Amino acid sequence: MDPLVLSRLQFAVTTVYHFFFVPLTLGLVILVAVMETLYVRSGNAQYKRMTQFWGKLFLINFAMGIVTGLVQEFQFGMNWSNFARFVGDIFGAVLAIETLLAFFLESTFLGIWFFGWEKLSKRVHLATIWLVVIGSQFSAFLILVANSFMQQPTAFVIRNGRAEMTDFLTLVMNEHVIYQYSHVFFSGLTTAAFFMLGISAYHLRKNWNDDFFRRSFQIGLYCALIASPMSVATGHAQGVHKLFTQPMKMAAAEALWETESPASFSLVSIIDEKNQRDVFSIRLPGMLSWLYFFKAEGEVPGIKELQQQYVKQYGAGNYVPPVNLTYWSFRLMVGAGFAMVGLAILGWLLPRTKKLARFLPLFLLILTPAIFLPYLANSTGWLVTEMGRQPWIVYGVLKTESGVSPIVTGEAVLISLVLFTLVYGALMVVDIYLLAKYARHAPEETKVGAY
Amino acid sequence: MDLNTLWFWLIGVLFIGFFILEGFDYGVGILLPFLGKDDDERRVLINTIGPFWDGNEVWVIAAGGTMFGAFPHWYATMFSGFYLALVVLLLALIARGVAFEFRSKDARPAWRNFWDWMIFVGSFVPALLWGVAFGNLMRGVPINAQMEYAGDFFTLLNPYALLVGVFAVAVMTLHGALFLLLRTEGDIATRVRGIVNKLWLVAFALYLVTLIASALATDLLTRPTMPIVVALLGGVALFVARRLHRQQRDGWAFGMTAATIAATLLTFALTLYPRVMISTLKPEWSLTIYTASSTPYTLSVMSVVALIFIPLVIAYQVWTYYIFRQRVSKKTIEA
Repeated sequence: MDPLVLSRLQFAVTTVYHFFFVPLTLGLVILVAVMETLYVRSGNAQYKRMTQFWGKLFLINFAMGIVTGLVQEFQFGMNWSNFARFVGDIFGAVLAIETLLAFFLESTFLGIWFFGWEKLSKRVHLATIWLVVIGSQFSAFLILVANSFMQQPTAFVIRNGRAEMTDFLTLVMNEHVIYQYSHVFFSGLTTAAFFMLGISAYHLRKNWNDDFFRRSFQIGLYCALIASPMSVATGHAQGVHKLFTQPMKMAAAEALWETESPASFSLVSIIDEKNQRDVFSIRLPGMLSWLYFFKAEGEVPGIKELQQQYVKQYGAGNYVPPVNLTYWSFRLMVGAGFAMVGLAILGWLLPRTKKLARFLPLFLLILTPAIFLPYLANSTGWLVTEMGRQPWIVYGVLKTESGVSPIVTGEAVLISLVLFTLVYGALMVVDIYLLAKYARHAPEETKVGAY
Repeated sequence: MDLNTLWFWLIGVLFIGFFILEGFDYGVGILLPFLGKDDDERRVLINTIGPFWDGNEVWVIAAGGTMFGAFPHWYATMFSGFYLALVVLLLALIARGVAFEFRSKDARPAWRNFWDWMIFVGSFVPALLWGVAFGNLMRGVPINAQMEYAGDFFTLLNPYALLVGVFAVAVMTLHGALFLLLRTEGDIATRVRGIVNKLWLVAFALYLVTLIASALATDLLTRPTMPIVVALLGGVALFVARRLHRQQRDGWAFGMTAATIAATLLTFALTLYPRVMISTLKPEWSLTIYTASSTPYTLSVMSVVALIFIPLVIAYQVWTYYIFRQRVSKKTIEA
């Protein structure tokens, strides 16, 4: 039993699982806060019911995010103690600041918000949900500052056998985090938008004139119309940025074996990873250069050349990430992203175009399973980010194999991996059961103020 | 005072905050299946800590996070060394966290019963394990010259650490019972009143045994920081708690068990200081606030954040307790 392989698998399982819940938390709390703001400003009780209905679903989701986040915080020390020692001065400090500045705020005020409907004035109650928004956004930003250090290390010096922080502001202003945070921000909103759309569509299929879900649908739709294209745009900007900072990740995401100028874009490739070649590939000539440089010329480095370059730079070793996984994750993410943009546009067009209006029932039917699209995009997005960085845990500085805990045995990790997987699997079943149950509920039955 | 010392005490403050706050909600969780006679009563009990438990749990997340940031080697050595124990702890905390949220969202008795027991397990196991973990910190564990833990899972289950674990469970249960006296009324409050005395007897007996064991198995008596004085003050507070409880001054009694918890943590901190993990193999191999720490620059950045935000956190959490000061009864959970 290799503890390295098992620890990586465990981190992958627990992180992807954790991130099922995070984007919805980040996005939905904003929409809930908007609904409560509408309620406080207009006095319309319908908005209060909406706040409470969607807030209930938010809370079920939030609990899962919290408990799985705890596992993430512990795992750096448990399974990746050498990583923790190496980056503690930077990564650990950011995590510490996150808990003090953001996590306390988020958790405390969420408790006040849920239990405080009858105890606080309208305005103070509204303020508590916006504080949860601020807390959760700060939290996301700082976690991404920590992750960005792993993607594009900055503001550090190697001393005493570890990475030591040289300047906190430079660390926080890492340009990578600007790209990453904006992408996560809009992806969170997109997730929340499709969550609301899917559930509203379910109810609207039964009664198209249901005022409650018509309004919810509108909020979800406007959010999707803005957030899903923004998510694609920020994602693209991040990809272009990575061409210069992590070219190997992008080469793997595009399955580009040879350096090309102008570079072609792979629509679909069947990859023979071992022999570093395509078995079959449909490519659009010049398209990749166009995507990166906005013109049909420009060199994009391929995997083989980058490998040679890295050997010169970092010494012997394999610097190629898992190409198949990165390539297909990237395609699934982009595909899901564009599908959501398309659905958002259709959602706007269909009710407004007479000829197309008859497709509305079919469209509503599709929207409910479309809830899974953002989840697919979020998970595969992280797979590209983290798998595409391999073999590095801190890009260009520390390899993943050097970060693992030296004293934790394979057997121990196997036990924990099995236990976490079983418990997470069971919780997923329960969570989906409860979400589905409450999503189907009539909004009038939403209870607040007590467990 | 240098920054390393400051951070040792700040992490101490976070742990004290955690044990006082999460202490009572662990206690309520432990008492839940035994005190609540029917579903409504159990809901009342859960709702006494409803608005608080999540914010309380953040204290330990913050303690863990700041341990990582301020003393990465402490975090790395302890978390990788206590691997399986932490897996159990995490599973218990997961069960507990979702149990609060899930429990009342389905009316079937079997469902509710299951999550009630998950709340119990999720409160009892962490209370015990935190005690065991601190017992091991106090007593020392095998740590080699490479700062790595050199024992196994069963090394951690030594009699002294287990004793501290049981003591932690007893004190937190008592602390939780006193908290319930402040937050409930009627039948439940009467029933709680009936068991406080027994809980106190167990807790006080365990306090005495733990004190003697600590004197024998740890550095309690030999440290220049004189942790024994604080340990005895903690005992006095626990003793006084019963008198105050008998005079029905429940708020003060609750304050006294909080003081006992604080004194216990302070005793550990004073015994350890300036070490953060004691090596039983060789005193020089112990991790200290200097050998385990981050750079002075990082500590200074973290200090600025902590000194602004910890007081703020305390302020808004105090406000939480003010908002939800009203007692919880069957009537209030009907809303």
